[in-house]
Amino acid sequence: MLYREAGQFKTSYSADQAMLTITLDRWFVFGLTAFAIIGVPLLASEYIIGSILVPVLILSIAALGLNILTGYCGQLSLGTGAFMAAGAYLAYKIATNITWMPIWLVIPLAGLCAAAIGIAFGLPSLRIKGFYLAVATLAAQFFLLWLFVKVPWFVNNSISGVPPAPPRSIFGIQVTGAAAGNEAKYLFVLAFVIVLAWIARNMARSRIGRSWMAIRDMDIAAELVGIRPLPTKLSAFAISSFYCGVAGALWALCYINSVEPTAFDINRSFQVLFMIIVGGLGSVLGSFLGAAFIFLLPIVLNSAPGWFGYSIASDTITHIEFMLFGVLIIFFLIVEPHGLARLWQIAKEKLRLWPFPY
Amino acid sequence: MTRPGNILLGVKDISLRFGGVRALTDVSFDIHEGEIFAIIGPNGAGKSSMLNCINGFYHPQEGTITFRGQQRRRMRPYEAAAQGISRTFQNIALFRGMTTLENVMTGRMLKMQASFVEQALYLGRGKREEVAHREKVEEVIDFLEIQSIRKTPVGRLPYGLQKRVELARALAAEPELLLLDEPMAGMNVEEKEDMCRFVLSTNHELGTTIALIEHDMGVVMDLSDRVVVLDYGKKLAEGTPDEIRGNQEVIDAYLGVSHD
Repeated sequence: MLYREAGQFKTSYSADQAMLTITLDRWFVFGLTAFAIIGVPLLASEYIIGSILVPVLILSIAALGLNILTGYCGQLSLGTGAFMAAGAYLAYKIATNITWMPIWLVIPLAGLCAAAIGIAFGLPSLRIKGFYLAVATLAAQFFLLWLFVKVPWFVNNSISGVPPAPPRSIFGIQVTGAAAGNEAKYLFVLAFVIVLAWIARNMARSRIGRSWMAIRDMDIAAELVGIRPLPTKLSAFAISSFYCGVAGALWALCYINSVEPTAFDINRSFQVLFMIIVGGLGSVLGSFLGAAFIFLLPIVLNSAPGWFGYSIASDTITHIEFMLFGVLIIFFLIVEPHGLARLWQIAKEKLRLWPFPY
Repeated sequence: MTRPGNILLGVKDISLRFGGVRALTDVSFDIHEGEIFAIIGPNGAGKSSMLNCINGFYHPQEGTITFRGQQRRRMRPYEAAAQGISRTFQNIALFRGMTTLENVMTGRMLKMQASFVEQALYLGRGKREEVAHREKVEEVIDFLEIQSIRKTPVGRLPYGLQKRVELARALAAEPELLLLDEPMAGMNVEEKEDMCRFVLSTNHELGTTIALIEHDMGVVMDLSDRVVVLDYGKKLAEGTPDEIRGNQEVIDAYLGVSHD
């Protein structure tokens, strides 16, 4: 067997605390990243890049964001769509009003605005928990979306209310708006994904990640070791909203090419929540697996009958899709609350002993 | 074998009420530096309430608590932690989703100073600190002999080991005063002996002052330098284990008095 954990001795704590402790894992992740940067734009078709990889990557960022809040810090949120909308609208506003600002700066800045909004809506979390907090974040969802639709200032008084994404370039290559090439958009989004995923892993293994998990697991004991509940929860809200804001900005500017409220409604919030439930709460890998799974499932279901030579009416497929979706969510909640990421881990543990039972 | 030291924590005339229920009434005692101090009493005597007052979960209506000679204002538990008071719980309060190592690392929370950016990028102080505190945590792990379960999620550990991990988390903070709420509850003899050994070596080798609540009288009498007895929220007696053992009131409180 090529892949093995045995015999990889660590002689320092920093080696033991590295992000990927197994040599082959490290090579695999480096290889995958290199392939995503170089191989995919060369090999994959326009359709796969533009209609599958770009949205999956953007939703992965949103799932990472929600996972920080819900998976790591244990604060249930249904306001993901609203925080994404905040990122999208403010990115549009900043990009069109401060035209000299490079687009790679506009998007994090929009994320910071979303973070500020997230902090405001996270304030009730000190007093309320669980389902009640979810309802409070639901208020954010409806209020913010209403605000963006009703106040024409956010869209520069555009008459349609759905302005097209402003075209912006990096190194002379257009990366946002309808006219931009899919490869350029993909690489632009990928850059954000790589940086944000790396930061998420770093936070998870540092003091801040442990304080989130401590609040999630046992808030009384967390206070006892010196964790202050409010700043810790608010930091999770801020960082989560930052991720969601960046995802929303990218979604509007690089995927749907316009800033529209319907892209960020309550369904989006639920979609991202399903992603982290199916993918795995409190896992960076799970955010990616969940995003890919939830986004690809309808596409696979749509085209699967065609592969076997059947033709099923498209509305029948939609119904089947809904049913399968419901079944899968319930399946995951019952069988493996920690999602795909945990299944992957269990598979690895089993393989470690294979072919012996223990 | 009372070792006279300075008063570390002084409790004076503490009264705590929940509505009409008087949990504690005018309780006073001192905990000296370097001693093992036991709080005993029948169920519902107010022992856990006393610990909760000391580390800031409850705020007594009357009375004062002085720590290291300074009278304390009303404070939250994380402020008590910052002053050097650690604690374990009667019902294990570990972070179940985390490994032993991560649990013990949270104990050092207050000693870490890396900024958010340094942590997010895992550079500079962010990384140095993780490694430096890992070394300290490993010392605690060695001390309590839990090396083999370092990377195990604590939810999977047996009860006795979970108690030990909780002690490790409290010790990782290098507390001046360690509060143990029934550290031996629900343990078999072997586990109890181990735990006693750890409590004693914490006291002797690390010099930590310990206040513990325990129901196992054998353990209390063997371990502690001084004992205070509570009953119905009032202080019944205070003294060395021998004095307590001979105190008629204490015997009555535990065994009940016949009223005929």
